[in-house]
Amino acid sequence: MSYPENLLYTKDHEWIKVDGERGTIGITDFAQSELGDIVYVELPKEGDTFAVHETFGSVESVKTVSEMFMPVSGTILEVNQALTENPELVNTDPYGAGWMIVVKIENPSELDSLMSASEYEDLINEGKER
Amino acid sequence: MSNKLTPLNEVHRRLGAKLISFAGWEMPVQYQGAVQEHLAVRTCAGLFDVSHMGEIEIKGNDALALVQKVTCNDASKLKDGQIQYSGLMTEKGTFVDDLLVHRLNAQHFLLCVNAANTEKDYAWICRHADQMNVEVLNTSDRYFQIALQGPLSLEILQPLTDTDLHSIKYYWFTFAKVANVPVMIARTGYTGEDGFEIYGQPEDAVPVWDAILDAGRPKGLVAAGLAARNTLRLEAKMMLYGNDIDETTSVLEADLGWILKLNKGDFLGREVLEKQKQAGVQRKIVGFEVLDKAPARDGYPIIVDSAEYGKVTSGSPSPYLKKNIGLAYLPTEKAVVGYEFAILVRGRQVPARVVETPFYKRKKN
Repeated sequence: MSYPENLLYTKDHEWIKVDGERGTIGITDFAQSELGDIVYVELPKEGDTFAVHETFGSVESVKTVSEMFMPVSGTILEVNQALTENPELVNTDPYGAGWMIVVKIENPSELDSLMSASEYEDLINEGKER
Repeated sequence: MSNKLTPLNEVHRRLGAKLISFAGWEMPVQYQGAVQEHLAVRTCAGLFDVSHMGEIEIKGNDALALVQKVTCNDASKLKDGQIQYSGLMTEKGTFVDDLLVHRLNAQHFLLCVNAANTEKDYAWICRHADQMNVEVLNTSDRYFQIALQGPLSLEILQPLTDTDLHSIKYYWFTFAKVANVPVMIARTGYTGEDGFEIYGQPEDAVPVWDAILDAGRPKGLVAAGLAARNTLRLEAKMMLYGNDIDETTSVLEADLGWILKLNKGDFLGREVLEKQKQAGVQRKIVGFEVLDKAPARDGYPIIVDSAEYGKVTSGSPSPYLKKNIGLAYLPTEKAVVGYEFAILVRGRQVPARVVETPFYKRKKN
């Protein structure tokens, strides 16, 4: 399981990479491994606006459908069109080619409540011990 | 209430299975991955622990008469060692359960029933056994059940057994030894592939499982969980009780006319079903393909002529066909191949089309 240091994480297993006011968002390695083979990703349109914690899309494996939640409030700048044809990129490269959306971050202070890589890793390991 | 454990629970943990609660049992939903397991069964073979399934035995001079009274198929056609798919009926011709009827001999039948329904079925059968010379036993705790499914099943199992597996025809069974353990081997399954369902005493489950898995691994055999079992049976359009059939769906609505033998003599639901057959049913189950990348899942609403009409009873991406498929009830006049309707997927209407079923049919050798 990998937890890149340069990302921030949510308890719902999304990650965000912050680059000025741009935030790239995806789901974590743990999330993709729990879901299994991903067959469909539903994403918003460019220009859509979402509040923090709001559902912005869903990701589906053969077994199940799982919603994705905004780590921060923002407007959608880009969506990963490659996932329409190749949703399995989320399995093979969750922190790279499997990214979901890029947002314009409305309120940078919301980033303060997100987890660091080590905090997120602790959360996952606690879950495993239960 | 804590879940029941099958005799193979420790094995599943050892194999790294993801365990879930299912029908009161802790069961493996997948090991390495549901898609991989599904494809292994279509191309090589998969090994399933289905020990949660219930066994009910009927013994005595009136055993056949009781089976005939509570089920819709004609069990008098069975010979010793033969198996029949059937329905356990309500008085309304709907399903208390669907089941496999095994005839050991004229005075002894073994019914393999759904885990979630075992207690209900047992009580229902007992209730209709009044005045009959029979003994009805819930023997579920006396059996493990392992399903070996896939085109290589026979090749994998043959070296482990003293019986010639070729001689067991589809929907027949025999008593034999597997890995030196006495078992009942039935040529049945719930995947649409050739294969065997093996019944034996719980204490022998682990050695039988290990022997089969060890022997089959080099040929591509994998342990497979409930997730793959569900997608496999859906591709083969086999009914799932609680989803596709239940106490509100009749045999004819479920398009299971082939297990309905109205001329066999009286049985529960016969009158209603006879009338239904003459008058026709209002709705019928169909297989559909979603004409969109979004999968339709169990419970998603169906839209017919701009109005909601029931729900998807089973829906999933099909790992083998790489399409989104499912089952649903439609008004009978629309239940024809080619008819297009809509499914509500998270607020969005996506188109779907009625297709030929089964979605997948194996090539016979």
